[in-house]
Amino acid sequence: MKIREVARIAWDAILKNKIRSLLTMLGIIIGVAAVIMVVSISAGTEATISDQIQGLGSDLIFITPNFTRGGPESLTNQRGTGLVFTDAAAIDQQVPGVLGVTVEQGSSQNIAGNNVKLSSIDILGTTTDFPSVRGMKISDGNFFDQQAIDLKQKVAVLGSGLAQQLFGKSDPVGQYVTVGNTQLAVIGVFAPRGSVGGTDYDARLYLPITVVFEKFTPSEFARFLGDRVRLIYVKADPSKPLNDVILQIQLLLYNRHNVTASNPDFSITTQQDIITTQESTTAAFRSLLAWVAGVSLLVGGIGIMNIMLVSVTERTREIGIRQSVGATTDDIRIQFLAEAFLLSIVGGALGLIVGVVGAIFFGGVSGMRTVIVPSSVFLAFGSAALVGIFFGYYPANRAAQLDPIEALRYE
Amino acid sequence: MVDHTIIETQDLTKVYGSGDASVTALNGVDLKISSGEFVAIMGPSGSGKSTLMHILGCLSRPTDGHYILDSQDVSNLDNKELAAIRNQKIGFVFQAYNLLPRTTALRNVMLPLIYDRRPEDHKTPEESEEVAREMLVKVGLADRMDHQPQELSGGQQQRVAVARALVNHPVMIIADEPTGNLDSHSGADIMNLMHEIHGQGATIVIVTHDPKIAAHTQRTIELRDGQIDKVTHNGHDARTNEPKVEDQWKRPK
Repeated sequence: MKIREVARIAWDAILKNKIRSLLTMLGIIIGVAAVIMVVSISAGTEATISDQIQGLGSDLIFITPNFTRGGPESLTNQRGTGLVFTDAAAIDQQVPGVLGVTVEQGSSQNIAGNNVKLSSIDILGTTTDFPSVRGMKISDGNFFDQQAIDLKQKVAVLGSGLAQQLFGKSDPVGQYVTVGNTQLAVIGVFAPRGSVGGTDYDARLYLPITVVFEKFTPSEFARFLGDRVRLIYVKADPSKPLNDVILQIQLLLYNRHNVTASNPDFSITTQQDIITTQESTTAAFRSLLAWVAGVSLLVGGIGIMNIMLVSVTERTREIGIRQSVGATTDDIRIQFLAEAFLLSIVGGALGLIVGVVGAIFFGGVSGMRTVIVPSSVFLAFGSAALVGIFFGYYPANRAAQLDPIEALRYE
Repeated sequence: MVDHTIIETQDLTKVYGSGDASVTALNGVDLKISSGEFVAIMGPSGSGKSTLMHILGCLSRPTDGHYILDSQDVSNLDNKELAAIRNQKIGFVFQAYNLLPRTTALRNVMLPLIYDRRPEDHKTPEESEEVAREMLVKVGLADRMDHQPQELSGGQQQRVAVARALVNHPVMIIADEPTGNLDSHSGADIMNLMHEIHGQGATIVIVTHDPKIAAHTQRTIELRDGQIDKVTHNGHDARTNEPKVEDQWKRPK
């Protein structure tokens, strides 16, 4: 029997009872569609997060203090001096391959301006390199300069969303806002930046870090921390090997803080570290989702097996007829295997269409990004085909083992 | 007029089961059928005629003895070889027609061609269709080729079955109660068809319990309790003097 004839017989058999065939394929369709959609949603989320992290600014090094032994109460017992404000300037001046350093210290304050009162707004004290290191652009006015920091000038730059909330359409530059109990002059507004990693850059107020130290750091905290900072961002020169720059920073800080390499009081993370962690987390999650969706493929296969068994029983006579005109055991087995295979292939194709369309549709409707991952498509479709052969084998074998005489007698 | 022996059984025996539960369906049957003969095998139920038919049709193997078909001892062939014999050498006609449902008459007749593995007989799908068409014309169903069994009368279905049995030019036709499901008129039609085919040289074995059907043939072999009980020559020459079928179906006055 040629392949063409086998395919034709299988196709005829499927068409003879379209509803039953469709119901049989349903499990496969759902399974394949589920895998494709789930993976696409997960990949889309990964891509969004990845873009956000990239959007933080490239070649960034993050330095944070390392509170490994005990909590803040053990700070005074630390051998090192901890991460301090002056470390930033030192890094900027003494480490080659550093394009910019910015320090951040934040707080949450009530803000009033233009007769609008807002509570619990994030304010961020930072340094002059902030816009370049963080990739933010001024759309109106100016950012504060080194003099403002040195003199602790009471000036502020607003995020675009905050400016909108307080001043609406009128120009905030030159006007005043009250942050907590302190009045600041607005000297600039940032262009819209969006949210990165859960932080809305447009909703913040930016001011010199020295002002934050003076006015907005809680006093008992200040007793312990003094000029200690939470975070130093370093923008490295992309043409220099990143690891070299990191090493230099480490050596500088070990020296300044009087700690050893085995027991540092700070941590250095790169943007790549964050991406890698993010990727492995989401990849693990994506894998889990795919497995779960794969289970429904398995269920689909069981469905095929059951329907094929019923089909074999119903067609016992037909099998006997074929045997009487010369069909061998192999002929019968191949016939039913081909049918199961065809069911799963067609089901897989339908599931593919449903999955891809569904992923695109879901992306459009929910606003979430979806990315069709070709490997998931091939995997799902391939699994469907294998499932068909695997679960079709038992019924096909049952059919092939029928005794012709018994089969012909079957009512 | 008698050609060479095409079917021969030697001490053919078939035992089912074992020990106390064993049933001897055939108990040493010796028969010979020549090429071109029209033979009936008759007997009551339990006589072993079905068993004999199954063995002659290569649907099962004897437990003992030999079955020689067309000069080949097929007694101990494996399933695959038996399937090939059924495909190439035997044409079945069943009481219940046994056509594939929801399949056209044409595709039904083509069925044996699909399973024909002989390279010298290789046919393209178009050639297979052509051969099947010719056969359907031969049995008088030229205008019913695309009909499915549910669209055909019993007699027409049986004619499709005959066409299917002939399509691979078998060595013999085995018909199991071919008129059993038919009314008298259709039954007469089919028996006429049988005579026609026989007249063209076919070897036909009809298995029946009905003496009136058996009377159509040249020779009736009667079975009883697994053995040949009686052989009757019915006085019909193969190719001359065929009695009119209608006469036999008329009610006695």
